[in-house]
Parts: sequence; C-alpha cells; structure tokens
Amino acid sequence: MSNHTVWNRVQRRLEDALVASMRPEVWERIRKMDAGQNDYGYDPFGFEPEYLKYAAPFAIWLYRHYFRVDVHDIERVPESGAVLLISNHSGQIPLDGLMLATSMLVDKKPARMVRSMVEHWVPTLPFVSSFLARCGQVVGTRENARLLLRRGGCILVFPEGQRGINKTYDRAYELEEFGLGFMRLALETGTPIVPVGVVGAEEQMPAIWNFRALGKLMGMPAFPITPTWPLLGPLGAMPLPVKYRLYFGEAMHFEGAADDEDRIVGAQVEEVRAAIRELVARGLRERDGVFW
Amino acid sequence: MRKRSTRKQRVVITGIGGHFGRAVARRLHRYYEVIGVDRRLVRHMPKDIHVEQVDIRRRRIEDVFRRQRIDAVVHLNIMHDPRTEQEEHHQFNIVGTQKIFGLCAEHRVPKVIVLSSADVYGPDPRNNQFLKEDAPLMGGQKFEAIRDLIALDMFCNTSFWRHPEIETVILRPVHIVGRVNNAPSRYLRLEQPLTLLGFDPMLQLIHVEDVVTAIELALTPGVRGVFNIAGPSPVPLSLVLRKLGRSPRALPETVLKAMLKTAWSLKLSDWPVPELDHIKYVCMVDDQLARQQLGFSHRQELSAILEDVNIALPHST
Repeated sequence: MSNHTVWNRVQRRLEDALVASMRPEVWERIRKMDAGQNDYGYDPFGFEPEYLKYAAPFAIWLYRHYFRVDVHDIERVPESGAVLLISNHSGQIPLDGLMLATSMLVDKKPARMVRSMVEHWVPTLPFVSSFLARCGQVVGTRENARLLLRRGGCILVFPEGQRGINKTYDRAYELEEFGLGFMRLALETGTPIVPVGVVGAEEQMPAIWNFRALGKLMGMPAFPITPTWPLLGPLGAMPLPVKYRLYFGEAMHFEGAADDEDRIVGAQVEEVRAAIRELVARGLRERDGVFW
Repeated sequence: MRKRSTRKQRVVITGIGGHFGRAVARRLHRYYEVIGVDRRLVRHMPKDIHVEQVDIRRRRIEDVFRRQRIDAVVHLNIMHDPRTEQEEHHQFNIVGTQKIFGLCAEHRVPKVIVLSSADVYGPDPRNNQFLKEDAPLMGGQKFEAIRDLIALDMFCNTSFWRHPEIETVILRPVHIVGRVNNAPSRYLRLEQPLTLLGFDPMLQLIHVEDVVTAIELALTPGVRGVFNIAGPSPVPLSLVLRKLGRSPRALPETVLKAMLKTAWSLKLSDWPVPELDHIKYVCMVDDQLARQQLGFSHRQELSAILEDVNIALPHST
C-alpha cells in the first residue's frame, strides 16, 4: 500500500515538473484547446489534451532548442474548422510531423491539435498504441479522416508517404509523387488545404544509400545508411541539430467531384504540389546555412 | 396503431427469463399484451404476463402463434455462453431463430425485432473508430464462439428479401452494462480485473434501460432495418475501472494469454482467450442511423451506468 502512495507521489512530482517546464501561457493554451472533448476530457478517438503534458515538454524542447524552428505565416492556417495541412516529407524519421504539430500548439493562437493518421498496425503495439491515441493520433482509415474533418479537425498529411521520407540525400528537396487520397478527401468534405514547406529536415539524417534488402529483412520500410549510422551505433541514429524552417502557404480551395478520374484529381494535386515546391524553394533561398 | 381493433397489441418476447428479458417485459407490459417464451423457469414477472415454458425449437411453440394473433416478436432468446457445447450453442441460436422467422411468416406477424450485438463487428486494429451498419461482421476471425451470433445476424438480414412483408429490425447495441449477467458486466464487477499492459482502448457502454427504449422504438410500425445502438460518448477502459474504484492488475499480453488459456482448460475461468481483444482494440459503432431513423437517444450517462454495475443481481433463473 505504501509502495502505491510513494509511486503516486513520484508520479505527481514528475507531472508537476513536466508542466512547470512549459511556459504557463503555452500550457494554458494547450489544455484549454477545444478538441470536442466529452465531460471526461476525451474526444471520441481517445485524444486527451491534458495528456499532452507527457509529450509536449520534450517536443517543445526539440522545437525551441534543438531544431530552433523558424515559423513563417502560421496565421494562414484557419483558427477553427476543418483543414488539411499538406506537407513535404523528409529526414528518415518523421520529426517533421512532430515539429509541425508542435508549431501549431506553441505558435498558433489559439492552439490547434494536429491529427495525423498512423498505420493500422500501431494499435497492436503496447504502450505506443495508448500513448499515440491520447496524443491525438488516429488510425489511418478514410472513415476516420472523414469523421475528424466533420468534427472540424486539422489533419496533417504527407502525400509522398514512405517515398518521401526514405529518399536519399542526392534527391534532397525534390518532391516525390503525391498520393491522390487527400485531394479526394478535400473535395468530398469541402475542406481547405494549407500547403506547408518544411526546410531543414532533409539534412537531419542525410542518407547516402538505402539498404533495402536489410530493411526488408528486418521488416522495416527502409534501412538508410548515413555518414554516422550504423557506423557510430545508436548515437549515429541521432538526428543532426539542423535548423528547421516551416513555411505555411495560402489556404487553397478546390471544387469538383471526389470520385473523378485520377487524371482530373491528379491535376488538382499537382497544384498543391507546385505550391509546396514554391514554399520549399523560398525556404532554401532564404536560408544561409543548414545549422543556423 | 393497427386500425381494425382497439385491443392492446400483442408482443411475444422470447428469452423473457433472462435479466434483460425481464427488463424488456417490465417496460412493454404497460402498453402491450406480453406473452413470454423461455425454456428456463421464469420468475419475478408482472402478473399480467403469460409465460410459456418451452424451447423455441419445439413444436409446442407453434401454439403460441396459433392461439392468438401476434403483432410483434422481440427475439432475445439468443445464447451467449462460451461454456456450452458449441454444437448445442449453434443449434439453439440458429435453428431457434429460423423457427421464429418461419412462424412469423406463416402467421403473418408484421414485426420481428432481433437483439444482436456490436460484438459481431469484432475488435480489430484496422477498425474505423466508429463502425457503421454496413461494416463487415469480422468478430469471428479470431473468436469462434461468436460465429453463431454472426450467422444469426446474417440469417436475420436475409429476411429483408425473403420476407419483405415482415418488418425486421436488427439491433446491435454496444456493451450492455448494469443489471445483466453478461461478459462485460461480469468483467466490470471484478474487484481486481486483469488488463493488458500498455493497452487502454476506448469503450462504449450502454444502460439496460436505454436498450429497452431502443426496442420500444423499434416496435413503431414502419421501422425496419439494422441499427447500431450506442450510449454516452466513449471513454477509455482505464477511466471506467477508476470510476468503479477497481484496482486493475496489468499484465503483459503473453503472460495474460497463457494464464487465461490454462485457467480456461482447467475450468477455473469462463473467459475465452480471444475476448482479450475487447480490452485491447476498439470495437465501437456509429449510431447516427438509430438516432435519426428510430429517434433513439440515450438517457443514462456513464455515471448512472456504472452505478448499476455494483448492484447485486436478483437471483438468476
């Protein structure tokens, strides 16, 4: 019994310390966020804003001190209502998603929770499944995305998917082919699209070569070889402290039939892709170095 | 409602002897003439309810339909007992249901309501957060004992074209919790329920009386179809256990599986191993259709549902 209370006290101390590590006004914005919670603080997908105290402090530390993220034009994201954030994807580990989500919690007023869609095997992982669910991540099915948008959610999509994040450094900042799913979703639900260009993530883990066979053997989508990984062991898998730059574009509205041919929907996707290319190019133009 | 007569409508409730059957009977007998059917001995029933103690597969049930004109059948006589021999379980559920539909067609009963369950969809990591009525019934992919319930649900679905003259209503409620003796209620009554370490799925619970209300609404002439029925908005399992004041014991999945398997074979527990998926993955339903077409809305919030979990059940028959 006493063990129990000691553990409770330790847990409470830890929680207090985590909350104290955030600026009070930031935490206030996060916990007061309107995510359509019920009386018990959960949204239908199991997201609990209060739970972010376990995740946000580390993400904010990465955001402010490690990647020192520069944010441009975040006010272009609507303050409320459904919106799709469409971004380029890079850097071997999806920290670009984490930084984007953090920017919407820290620099967007009022804070908005970015919901991203996770793979369907994520719910089979102990701890990870419940942690991600409490942090607002949702299993990626069409119906779930529709419901999120109907509830006025903000969904982040990387239409390049694995193709984008796993590409080697020689193709840095080239956009891979985009999937069409997000556009069909936007057309169907009449959701505006905000294109986002992420600059910096490419250099966090510059892959020289993708050892596909080994990745396949280990059941991973890719096995990148970088100058430091696997040469330096686990330490080599640390992302480099590059500087992130996030560029939010003007909201784009599309009209048309969601079930049109790929050719027609593809042309609309191309417009979004062009907008992202533009944003990335602007970021590359404006930066003087990779690490500062 | 039928114009010809002003007599009370006559409703047959099969499986009236269960805790849930009793709840339905107590509500319906106020407005309907209720005839109960059960093979078990039925007690604690309002005086004006006539109960026929008969197995629904037997000939003698036909008399219930021959004797008087029946306006509706509420079919609750569906066995959910993983310990019963599978063959008997299947026989009773499928053959019994077929018999009921056969009799309804023969005696021109205009309405049949069947109580299925949201469990027919089955918990699965790939599930949509909220499953609609047209979702595939995947509950049987790992859990054999539920296959007859799925077959039953499917069989009832065929009556939409086989007997278009009968208004068939299939209700698929989420976990009915409270004064009933079903698996979710038994689980929540445990002082130290076992949970899976690292898993905490969202759950939908519903109060017995709200499901009775859904049945009442389904009796409305003109209503037919398949309806998911859900109660208040979902909450995580951990919150439910905390509100009940339980002290859950979390164990790693492999350990818990091995334990349950052993306990099951030694007949120390009645928890089939595949049911663990219910405390691991989501199996929740979208009940918009019921709210729009049936006019259903839940009355009992979570606190009321959980209050009823702790109430001792009257002696079961």
